Amino acid sequence: MATPLKVNRIGLEPQIYKGGKTTLCAGCGHNAISERIIDAFYEMGVDPSRVIKLSGIGCSSKSPAYFLGTSHGFNAVHGRMPSVATGAMMANKKLIAIGVSGDGDTGAIGIGQFVHLMRRNLPIIYIIEDNGCYGLTKGQFSPTADLGSTLKTGVVNDLPPIDTCALAIELGATFVARSFSGDKKQLLALLKAALAHNGTVMLDVLSPCVTFNDHEGSTKSYSYVKDHDDPVEEVTFVPFFEDIAVDYEPGTTQEVTMHDGSKLYLKKLEEHYDPTDKIAAIRRLHETARRGEFATGLIYIEPDRDDFLTLLNVVDEPLASLPLERVRPGPAALEEIMESLR
Amino acid sequence: MSSAYPVVQEHERSSQPQRVVNDFSIQIATVNGSGSQTANLVLLRSLLLMGVPVSGKNMFPSNIAGLPTWYTIRVSKDGYIGRKKEVDFLVAMNPETAKEDVLTLDPGAAVIYDEPLKLNALRDDLIFYPVPFDKLVAAVCPDAKLRRLVRNMIYDGVLAKLLDIDRALMEKALSKQLGKKAKAVTLNQGALTAGWDFAEANLTKRDRFHVEPMTEAVGKILIEGNAAAAIGCMMAGVTVVGWYPITPSSSLCESLIGYMKRYRVDKESGKATFAIVQAEDEIASLGMVLGAGWAGARSMTATAGPGISLMGEFAGLGYYMEAPGVIFDVQRVGPSTGLPTRTSQGDLLQVAFLSHGDTKHPMLFPCSVEECYTMAQEAFDIAEQFQTPVFVMMDLDLGMNSWMSEGLKYPDKPINRGKLLTPDVLKRVGQWGRYRDVDGDGIPYRTIPGDGMPAWFARGSGHNDKGQYSERPDDYVQNMDRLARKFETARQYVPKPVVDIVPDAKIGLIGFGTSHWAISESRDQLRAETDVKTSYLRLRGYPFNEELLKFIDAHERVYVVEQNRDAQMMQLIKLDIPPDRVSKMRSVLHYTGLPIDARSVSDDVLSHEGFEVAKKTDRVGGGMLGGE
Repeated sequence: MATPLKVNRIGLEPQIYKGGKTTLCAGCGHNAISERIIDAFYEMGVDPSRVIKLSGIGCSSKSPAYFLGTSHGFNAVHGRMPSVATGAMMANKKLIAIGVSGDGDTGAIGIGQFVHLMRRNLPIIYIIEDNGCYGLTKGQFSPTADLGSTLKTGVVNDLPPIDTCALAIELGATFVARSFSGDKKQLLALLKAALAHNGTVMLDVLSPCVTFNDHEGSTKSYSYVKDHDDPVEEVTFVPFFEDIAVDYEPGTTQEVTMHDGSKLYLKKLEEHYDPTDKIAAIRRLHETARRGEFATGLIYIEPDRDDFLTLLNVVDEPLASLPLERVRPGPAALEEIMESLR
Repeated sequence: MSSAYPVVQEHERSSQPQRVVNDFSIQIATVNGSGSQTANLVLLRSLLLMGVPVSGKNMFPSNIAGLPTWYTIRVSKDGYIGRKKEVDFLVAMNPETAKEDVLTLDPGAAVIYDEPLKLNALRDDLIFYPVPFDKLVAAVCPDAKLRRLVRNMIYDGVLAKLLDIDRALMEKALSKQLGKKAKAVTLNQGALTAGWDFAEANLTKRDRFHVEPMTEAVGKILIEGNAAAAIGCMMAGVTVVGWYPITPSSSLCESLIGYMKRYRVDKESGKATFAIVQAEDEIASLGMVLGAGWAGARSMTATAGPGISLMGEFAGLGYYMEAPGVIFDVQRVGPSTGLPTRTSQGDLLQVAFLSHGDTKHPMLFPCSVEECYTMAQEAFDIAEQFQTPVFVMMDLDLGMNSWMSEGLKYPDKPINRGKLLTPDVLKRVGQWGRYRDVDGDGIPYRTIPGDGMPAWFARGSGHNDKGQYSERPDDYVQNMDRLARKFETARQYVPKPVVDIVPDAKIGLIGFGTSHWAISESRDQLRAETDVKTSYLRLRGYPFNEELLKFIDAHERVYVVEQNRDAQMMQLIKLDIPPDRVSKMRSVLHYTGLPIDARSVSDDVLSHEGFEVAKKTDRVGGGMLGGE
């Protein structure tokens, strides 16, 4: 007798959420992120036929081929995935968009589109797989490389980094988090929370490049990130469909209710951190960076702001599949226009 | 050789006051930002309301306020609506250019001018009508701040009196132009009357020009090509628009927004059946269009040359991963920033092959506002049928100027959404691959996210017929060859040329877009002045179909008339025809930034044909040196 298959709440097996075999280097942080994405979408019971996976160009942007193999994918041009995602979501608001970018793809050529994506609060999970270098072109510095960090060849970076989290908060993103590809628990909790959020999720994941940026002198190596990871809180996510009560001592934990009714429990660590306080969030990022450390966890959240599609006031059905009679006005409309022109 | 042909004399302008009815041009020289556009459009519409064929062309600077602007209205009983080079009636309101404007007129022309400019001292072979604009406006507009805006309406009143324009119809045109702004209507009506009364009391008609009512243009509409294209997009069922403002295309998306807000909001829910976004730049505009097209929406953008340059990378992606989208290129003068407010057909080669690698795109060439409307609709069908970006090549003259036209007709067929994979099709084709050429026409079946059919991975990198990443030589070649086959199929689906073969004509003219109006008029000129007969083929789509070669074969010499320096359309044609036909091809080129006119076409053809022709230069715009 066959053992009953393991399925999620919509009856799908884990296999459905897997993708093609990765072609990235063994040990690449990006592969770990793909695995967490698979776990999160499976555990949240997301219908893969509604998911669109988008990316730009670079190692990170190859990764959508390695998860959710039954979902539609779009590997766009370098740094310009945000506009493609925006168009797709305008076409069909029922879709669930996940975009994967890299620190070069976002911070350099894509910074313009990144800025406007954050401003619009488009419903999308935007992940930066951040290794501080260009892997696919053999290890040049990217715009998130830290001041004073070195290339394998010893060249020192003398420009300040772009902090994509601080920038995203400043620009209006409503869910901003940073994590580490090696921190399974935190990353998974954040990804599941991201799926419960309505609006732009900007998730910067430090994801070491084992081939070009894992050496002494790099501030994006496994050992450096592990030693300088400074979580702002301990994140526990409870989805709306799970009836789990989390007990906590009063004053130790902040509870955030998400758009879909899911709950986030943020347990404070040594000092109190309130991720709904924009100014405090930016201050914390700056303070941590000054110490040469990375603030990780849910840095900022604004759960209730209207997303871009709500602002556009589009009908409830996907625009893409509206029948002709709803998108072609009748002869009277044309005649009225003609009369105004006579 | 030239001696064997008769010399063409220019039309002598008789100085005798012989009556010229409904066949002249009026040029109004003003400063931009002075509200002259209202006065000019009222004048244009009042002529149309009299049933007289008219065209209006605005020659304006790239500036908000304070630089010279010329508005030309052509009145033509024969229905010629292309630009006419000669000015018969000048309204000189701009002190900066007045002197040069007057000095370049042909003898016998009439001039209304602002009295203090004392232009009558410049020439004794023109007819001058001085008008004290400031004095007249002060009397009808007590508020000094508004005088600048109503002052121009005075020349409408003067012109109405001098040219016999129906004053009641002019007032009707004024109400139409200003709509419900009662105070503005009253003020402007006062100015119009002041002009009329002044002319009646003080000016003696001495020029030859008269307007008489006709039936020809009764019931016609006045519309800009950009607005007509916008209506076409709405009727085609566009749902997603990403755009970025750029002259001369901005008013296309702006009118679209206006129409969609009025006609495409669900009555019950109050929600929109469209999403229009002003993007951060042209790159993002096309990114949005392709993202939406991939996700199954009818999507479009509008831009001009600089935007086209920016869109190159995405255009190549759209071609290679095969997403539909419609791009309106309202062409202006390049290279680079060029002359942003002047017209051109200079983006053809850039657009035909936009992006790196072996890339090519279908183009449509509307010549009229009517075609802006119909081709907008066709473009969406072609984009979805061929799953590729389609470019509608307009120009500033067509997009931004007011053209008279028959009323636009309601579409008589449903839209064509192309080859979408359905369960039935899947059963028929057996195994589906995103890029499999099942039908042999190069066009594969596609699925869209959320439609429940198999998913695929869209990518700009090399792929096999299943859409999987591939660097295999055979996969690459097969896919590129299929794309070429698809482009071949498109030859029969883009709008066919309009051909007029004249028996015994040795000369064939080829034109497209707005050059059409100058070419049609030029053919009449050639026949009337020299008995040179011409056939004519008007291109309406690219890739070309077999009618083009048939036409070339039927003539000894073939002139391609176009508004750019490098004979871009002829270059495209040369790529398409057998080498032995190339020696037949000639070019008539016009690239001053002003719309092409019939005289220029005729003179150029005749001089190629060995006639002696006195070359006349364009006078408009001579005084314009920018404010920098």
